[in-house]
Amino acid sequence: MKSAVIVFPGSNCDRDVAVALEKFHIKNQMVWHNETELPKCDLIILPGGFSYGDYLRTGCIASKSRIINAVIKHEKNGGLILGICNGFQILIETGLLPGVLLRNKKLRFLSKNVFLKALNINNHFCLYYKQKKVIELPIAHNEGSYFANSNLLQNLEDNNLIAFKYCDQKGNIISDANPNGSSNNIAGILNNKKNVLGMMPHPERLIDPILSGEDGSLMFKSLFNSPT
Amino acid sequence: MKITNEIINKHGIKPHEFKKIISLIQKEPNILELGIFSAMWNEHCSYKSSKKYLRTLPTNNKKVIQGPGENAGVIDIEDDDALVFKIESHNHPSYIEPYQGAATGVGGILRDIFTMGARPIAILNSIHFGSHKHIKTKNLLNGVVSGIGGYGNCVGIPTVGGEVKFDDSYNENILVNAMAVGLAKKNKIFYSKAQGINQPVIYVGSKTGRDGIHGASMASAEFDDNTEEKKPTVQVGDPFTEKLLLEACLELMKDDSIIAIQDMGAAGLTSSSVEMASKGDLGIEINLNNIPCREKNMTPYEMMLSETQERMLLILNSGKEEKAKKIFNKWGLDFSIIGKTTNSRNLVLNFNDKEVANLPLSSLSINAPVYDRKWKKNENQKKVNMQKNFKSFKILDSFKKILISPNNSEKSWVWEQYDSTVMADTVQKPGGDSGVVRIHGKNKGIALTVDSSAHYCLANPLMGGKQVVCEAWRNLIAVGSNPIAITNCLNFGNPEKDKIMGQFVETIDGISQACTYLDFPVVSGNVSFYNETKNKAIAPTPTIGAAGLIKNLNYMMTKNIKEIGSHILVIGKTLGHLYQSEFFREVLFFKDGPPPEVNLFNEKNNGYAIQTLIAKKLVNSAHDISSGGILLALTEMCISGKIGAKIKIPNDNISIHEYLFGEDQSRYLVEINEKNIKEATNILKKNSVYYEIIGKTQKDKLNVDKEFDIKLSDLSKLNSFWFKNYFKEN
Repeated sequence: MKSAVIVFPGSNCDRDVAVALEKFHIKNQMVWHNETELPKCDLIILPGGFSYGDYLRTGCIASKSRIINAVIKHEKNGGLILGICNGFQILIETGLLPGVLLRNKKLRFLSKNVFLKALNINNHFCLYYKQKKVIELPIAHNEGSYFANSNLLQNLEDNNLIAFKYCDQKGNIISDANPNGSSNNIAGILNNKKNVLGMMPHPERLIDPILSGEDGSLMFKSLFNSPT
Repeated sequence: MKITNEIINKHGIKPHEFKKIISLIQKEPNILELGIFSAMWNEHCSYKSSKKYLRTLPTNNKKVIQGPGENAGVIDIEDDDALVFKIESHNHPSYIEPYQGAATGVGGILRDIFTMGARPIAILNSIHFGSHKHIKTKNLLNGVVSGIGGYGNCVGIPTVGGEVKFDDSYNENILVNAMAVGLAKKNKIFYSKAQGINQPVIYVGSKTGRDGIHGASMASAEFDDNTEEKKPTVQVGDPFTEKLLLEACLELMKDDSIIAIQDMGAAGLTSSSVEMASKGDLGIEINLNNIPCREKNMTPYEMMLSETQERMLLILNSGKEEKAKKIFNKWGLDFSIIGKTTNSRNLVLNFNDKEVANLPLSSLSINAPVYDRKWKKNENQKKVNMQKNFKSFKILDSFKKILISPNNSEKSWVWEQYDSTVMADTVQKPGGDSGVVRIHGKNKGIALTVDSSAHYCLANPLMGGKQVVCEAWRNLIAVGSNPIAITNCLNFGNPEKDKIMGQFVETIDGISQACTYLDFPVVSGNVSFYNETKNKAIAPTPTIGAAGLIKNLNYMMTKNIKEIGSHILVIGKTLGHLYQSEFFREVLFFKDGPPPEVNLFNEKNNGYAIQTLIAKKLVNSAHDISSGGILLALTEMCISGKIGAKIKIPNDNISIHEYLFGEDQSRYLVEINEKNIKEATNILKKNSVYYEIIGKTQKDKLNVDKEFDIKLSDLSKLNSFWFKNYFKEN
């Protein structure tokens, strides 16, 4: 498994993702936003942060950056793409994932650990969450409230494209456990081909027992062991 | 333009100071030169009232690599790693415009850190507001918190600790103190001292605009009815540019291109160029036509006094310009060669081929005024007999009042707005005794805390100064670290008043005594005077930021109770000091009386004993007992561990109120397993440390003697009620 992390001006989780990839033996290269071609890779990661200062709209300018055509091409060829936090926002703006991400319901930035339920584990990203009833990961965002109209929500639910939903510590998907007001408690979604995952929580921030958990490790383990 | 008395006065320069200027430069200054003097001679930049006393602080020991006087202090944390840190105030701007004031406070302190060649790894803050009932408080609190978050989150540095306090004395003068911490290699520290003549002087970062002109002068005067008019003096921050500047500077710092570097903070281009040249005993010549400007027709005066954020001044080794330019262009930042170093020892400014200013640098630096201000000893608060007044108050009712008070409420509403986990090295998040960050790629960590206790200082500045240093020391000990050094932010009223100056002098004395005794040097800091509106000053508020080293993170300690059935011990003697306590303030509304005594011997001895217990793995959890006393400390341990406790008051020499709410110093609560209790108590006895076993942990209820038995979840709800209710988020 080979990966490429796209670095935009204002990305600030690029290093953290690179550290996680290295820890789980995924050979990674950093790619500057001004490039037009990608190195040979199976997986692209769009990291968290504030690409281009979040100006105009989160993820919007990144979706028009020079490298983005290569990212779209990679998806068309069936390559894997993982967008975390700002990366998820970029995927939405690029049109690689449907819906929109609105400001959090309470209109303030929210940084805390949340509980998640993996609803679709039959994909390259989530295989190792099979045994895990409840996942704990940190979120840190201002615009993470996933919104979709009822048709789209139905489509996501019917086709099993919701990867993660916010839940309580026991795994109940209830509105009290929804930190940002996302429709249907959605924390992460897949595209139809299930080669693109966008999610607000940060798996790269929890890959070490000393940081109070390893639930992020499972995603990188899944990716490392997925067939390429 | 004719320099009239009115113009001189508007620049904050006193008539006798103006005379001194003329005698120093042997001519009448023009308006630009006067502006430069006003920027360099104001209190904020010159430390003219505080210098004499700051010199008395202990600033050195074998771990100190750089003490006060640079952009930030530097300490040795072993294995060739160096920790760079500083705290700074942004009080005045934050009151005028809370979001931008607080945001640029964070931006400024971050630049101080990466200017030294360090990658910032943590941010902390201490913020003080007026009474929650004051009309402005809600808006200020909301603005400041989102401003701090807005900046730090975007740059991508975790906020790992802080404090939020409310008191009437800050009604019209809030405090925003921000601390930043960075990591560098010991042999790769960058300084601001210029060296060599004819070396290129480079401007990088944002373009200069008209924002923040006279910001430093504004921070050197009291507020009055026209405070609103000062809005244009507040700078506007752009954290995105800061992130680019950070990466570009660190990239350039990988080799030896840079001779000296200084951020353009307070008093912008003026103070950075003056400081760099005068530290190197050189001169500096700048062509103002080369300053990248955001607006058209900017005058030399505006360029020199603008406080536009996210700018740096560099002196490069000649020949390295092209290489440096490439890096800054890659990051989309302005890069302009604006001048050179000279041997004239003068600051020379040229504009449109004319010399527009020429000043001897010594007149701006070493010959700037230093005052020995009059000061008066503080009338320290005395004890009054309160015995019969409080015994009728029920313990549980009183405790509930403390739990829901804004000062003692759980503060997650605040710190959840700060990204605390970016960089993936945050081992302890805000909410504990100290934040802990791991040194990237290693198994060692740094413990960080910020503390202040203004009402102790108001009652007795000397004792308060000692206490706040000890409090920081204790917070570092409680997480299993070895305290190394502090940075201080000294927030006071108008130093021209002998009473305020007295508070300052005595507080410094207290800080100095404690730091000397604990071998806990001051490596950086900042003084903020004139926190005063219409003659009403804030309570003296020294804020201490402190750092400690945890050599092996497997020995880190946390405050959450770990097991049912273990013993709870109070380490240190409880005398039942209730004056200035949360119990007196929140329940009896009584604010007089002396603060608790600080005994430095006990502080050190008890702290070392806790370190020994932690090093021998005998402790499950530990927590510093501070404001609120034993009962609040125990409740916090229980709530965070989701495990209850049953305790008994171990002696009847003092009343139950005094035992549970007393704020005696140098105390900790620790949780120790049955199997370790003998060894632990033997160590305490051997080291003459006073301790009491007060009870055991149990399932989800807190039971206090005959007083009450209550579910933890009920206490937790009360404790987290206030902020959500205040912002109507329930």
